[in-house]
Amino acid sequence: MARFLIRRLLQMVLVVFVLSVMLFLWLRALPGGTVSAILGERATPETRAALTKALGLDEPIWVQYGKFLWRALHGDFGTSTRVLPGADALDIFLTRLPATIELSAFALVFAVALGIPLGYVAARRANSPVDSGLVILSLVGVAVPVFFLAFFLKYQFAVDHNWFPVSGRQDNLSCTRITNFFVLDGLLTRELDCSASALKHLVLPSIALGTIPFAVIFRITRASVLDVLGEDYVRTAESKGLTARVVRGRHVLRNAMLPVVTTIGLQTGLLLAGAVLTEKVFNWGGIGNALADAFQYRDYSVLQILILAAALIYVVINLLVDISYAIIDPRVRTR
Amino acid sequence: MTPANPMTRRKDRIDDLAATAGSDRAAAVREAGSVDEKPGVSLIASAWQRLRRSPVFLIGAAITLVFVVLALVSPLIAPHDPAANLLLDQVRPQSNPIPGPQPGYPLGADDVGRDLLSRLLVGSQQTLIVGVFATIFGLTGGMTLGILAGAFGGWVDSLVMRIVDVLLSIPSLLLAFSIAALATRPSQLTVIIAVAAVQVPIFARLLRGSMLAQRHSDHVLAARALGVTERAVVFRHMLPNSLGPVIVQSTLVLAVSIIDAAALSFLGLGNPNDRQPEWGQMLGRAQPFIYDNPHLAVYPALCIIVVALGFTLMGESLREALDPKTRR
Repeated sequence: MARFLIRRLLQMVLVVFVLSVMLFLWLRALPGGTVSAILGERATPETRAALTKALGLDEPIWVQYGKFLWRALHGDFGTSTRVLPGADALDIFLTRLPATIELSAFALVFAVALGIPLGYVAARRANSPVDSGLVILSLVGVAVPVFFLAFFLKYQFAVDHNWFPVSGRQDNLSCTRITNFFVLDGLLTRELDCSASALKHLVLPSIALGTIPFAVIFRITRASVLDVLGEDYVRTAESKGLTARVVRGRHVLRNAMLPVVTTIGLQTGLLLAGAVLTEKVFNWGGIGNALADAFQYRDYSVLQILILAAALIYVVINLLVDISYAIIDPRVRTR
Repeated sequence: MTPANPMTRRKDRIDDLAATAGSDRAAAVREAGSVDEKPGVSLIASAWQRLRRSPVFLIGAAITLVFVVLALVSPLIAPHDPAANLLLDQVRPQSNPIPGPQPGYPLGADDVGRDLLSRLLVGSQQTLIVGVFATIFGLTGGMTLGILAGAFGGWVDSLVMRIVDVLLSIPSLLLAFSIAALATRPSQLTVIIAVAAVQVPIFARLLRGSMLAQRHSDHVLAARALGVTERAVVFRHMLPNSLGPVIVQSTLVLAVSIIDAAALSFLGLGNPNDRQPEWGQMLGRAQPFIYDNPHLAVYPALCIIVVALGFTLMGESLREALDPKTRR
């Protein structure tokens, strides 16, 4: 196990290193480059030259990369030019992180709470109308563009019917902030109306963001339960005369959950990409929102921290998934 | 690991799919021979036998066929020129700006007075082009890397796979956004490239996996023993046996690239020239009008959903038909 851990950690370090090189080259390759991004197109050649020198862009490329890495390791990613002019890019990331984590968590809860039971039901009744209907639903779920689904939900249930708020994370309530997780803050400070308001705001974005993970988790659960139902040990358990409940809980579900747990981990990493689209539609104010704006207005400092962070989060989640998998299934360690 | 599991992990899913190729084939034919198929039936032939009876495949194939035919004939059947601002005089910025349905214009027009029905019909063309070319580019890039890694092994393999791993370590949609942002002048081509680039590492891993699985299989050893040149071993013996999973993945990529292209348009990273309509672009452009005129977004979205569903249904049933594990 220790050797497996060390090997995976070393692989991760390598991936992060290559990633940083790629990010650096990507930033250099962006149209207009850093100087135009900061000064705009109409700057005089003198100011451009001055800034080029000030930013060290006239130095050899490996020196520039070294400095880039040094600054990044010290949390210095520059200041935002367009999203929040003048704000520190790292600060933007940190203050917006809780909003995105909160949304992702609820989206994941939605996906898991619906995906696993429905997947199980579909597998138990494989090839019945219920099963076919659910499978088709899950296929449609993957085929719908996320932002269109978000718009659709917003239009139907917020604009047309007024059941849920149209955008944002909370009504204007003067709530006390502790952690910036609005639901949690409301509970901690006993301002329950704050929590309730935040929850209401969470419903539609969570469904929009959670639909693809739901579809994937549903299909994995279904396939996995189907596999396990055909195993000899299930037949043995049944023929031993164990009650249906014991067979279901101890033999079928427990074994079928292995790949499902892995899938949940991976979907968590992928949520951030969907969050870019969902947060923009609901004006959520999280990382996804900032990324969408940064892409639209080409805000390079914000882009570099957010893309690096997104990749890091994804890499770390992947590592955790691998480790948990190695703990559950010893065969993985030797690969 | 549980077998026949389509999406366990991104990497494992790709590897699982890869494993359905080549080396499993002999075993599959042996196994299948004893059940419901005649011995000696080739993989393709038996897959076709199964597909013909699968309603899922038939529905998917029907949708795809209608889409392709529509893309070919739409300029002939479209009632108007999709780029002509025919109802511009009805566009009134102060009140509701979108001209509604009227004689000759059954779906009304868009925000600059262009016939919506014609744009939807002709839009199938560019949408098909985006899907097909993104898949071809992704396939070409991925196959080149995959063949390099799978055929040579050793340090070439390690190098290629490290790059692939890094590319896979960025959520794919985010990678597409990042690549699209590099374009100085966004166009249909840059959209296609961004969407295709995301697929390169997936195809590469897929192909490498199925080629590695064959390197020590009997038919490759036999070919080597007969003195077949290395190049012929790779291209005539290993590659054809690896194509099944690649074909399956391609049908799924067709769907994904059309959806991803729409997301790029939504973020303003898409093709700004809209004289030639494309559904994703129409959907992205409909944003500002979505509350007063949701139909501008709903029609192209429905088209995308139906077509993506068609490709997905085809891909999933192909996967099942080609996977020896599901032939019980």
